[in-house]
Amino acid sequence: MEIKVLHQVMDWNEDVSEEVKKELASRQICMINIMGSPGAGKTSLITSLISRLRPDLRIAVIEGDIAGQVDAEHIAGLEIPVVQLNTDGACHIEAMSIQHILPELPLDDLDVIFVENIGNLVCPAEFRIGESLRITILSIPEGDDKVEKYPLMFTDTDCLVLNKYDMLPYFDFNEERVRANYETVNPGAPLFCVSSRTGDGLEALAGFILENVRKIKA
Amino acid sequence: MHELSITEHLLADCIKNAEAQNASRIRVIRLCIGQLRGIVPDCIQIYLDMLSEGTIAEGARIEAEFPPVKVYCRDCGEEGEITPHHLSCPRCGSLRLKLLSGKEFYIKSMEVDINGDQSTASGNGLE
Repeated sequence: MEIKVLHQVMDWNEDVSEEVKKELASRQICMINIMGSPGAGKTSLITSLISRLRPDLRIAVIEGDIAGQVDAEHIAGLEIPVVQLNTDGACHIEAMSIQHILPELPLDDLDVIFVENIGNLVCPAEFRIGESLRITILSIPEGDDKVEKYPLMFTDTDCLVLNKYDMLPYFDFNEERVRANYETVNPGAPLFCVSSRTGDGLEALAGFILENVRKIKA
Repeated sequence: MHELSITEHLLADCIKNAEAQNASRIRVIRLCIGQLRGIVPDCIQIYLDMLSEGTIAEGARIEAEFPPVKVYCRDCGEEGEITPHHLSCPRCGSLRLKLLSGKEFYIKSMEVDINGDQSTASGNGLE
């Protein structure tokens, strides 16, 4: 016989994500989930943003990696609190992992936690982790078809960063295609053209982040 | 491969729901998966086969339906269905669309065997 169920499959993760979000809100901390492909420039962008934002904000980083701690060591070199979250093969971070690792950070002395998610355009989009802000990075060399191929990653984000924008003249990358598709799946959401290497566009992105951090503190 | 942890929780939810209805066996799990999600039912099936061994869901089959991506066109005012690979209004071609649906992901129903008297079960809102 058939029984009706109508149960949201992802509730188990959403519930913990809400708990994490509440905990961080009570401490006025803004957690920022950084997502993008391997090689899109997540670590470099976080590093550049830390330099820009550290005069105004107290920052920590959670480095998600399938294995190893190369990125965490790189960030620790900046003398910022950093914890490594190895997923042991899993392709994404779940809210429960964040909940477990948060006590390792000095939560009483923080304004912002950057979470560098696993390099992947599919899986991380499915899992909320208690973040207040989601940033998706797409780099120019990856191609202009990604919004159509991986829609959820672009639908469920608060802003899109077109990274390595200084590479635009060297690739057949149709910026209008990305802009139009992004506007379709995520109307009104901001898009920033950035080069972590040259620093172009970073100020606008840092401004957007500051604005969101202040919302949480207000 | 995010389907592994999803399937672990899916299985637990299904068993919980089935046991609450006195089911002795889960035969089919029907999922509703919006076309904008990156969920692959075949992967869920493979993980389910592994994880359900020795439970009442052992041998259960995953059936998925994919409701269409529905949009509202902010230029011509029409509502229509699109595929994720053609993000434009099916009527006027505009790219200025508002997403109405396409991100669903829920357990719709299950086909189960019920213990004992089935008439009692149907009295509990079962079909």
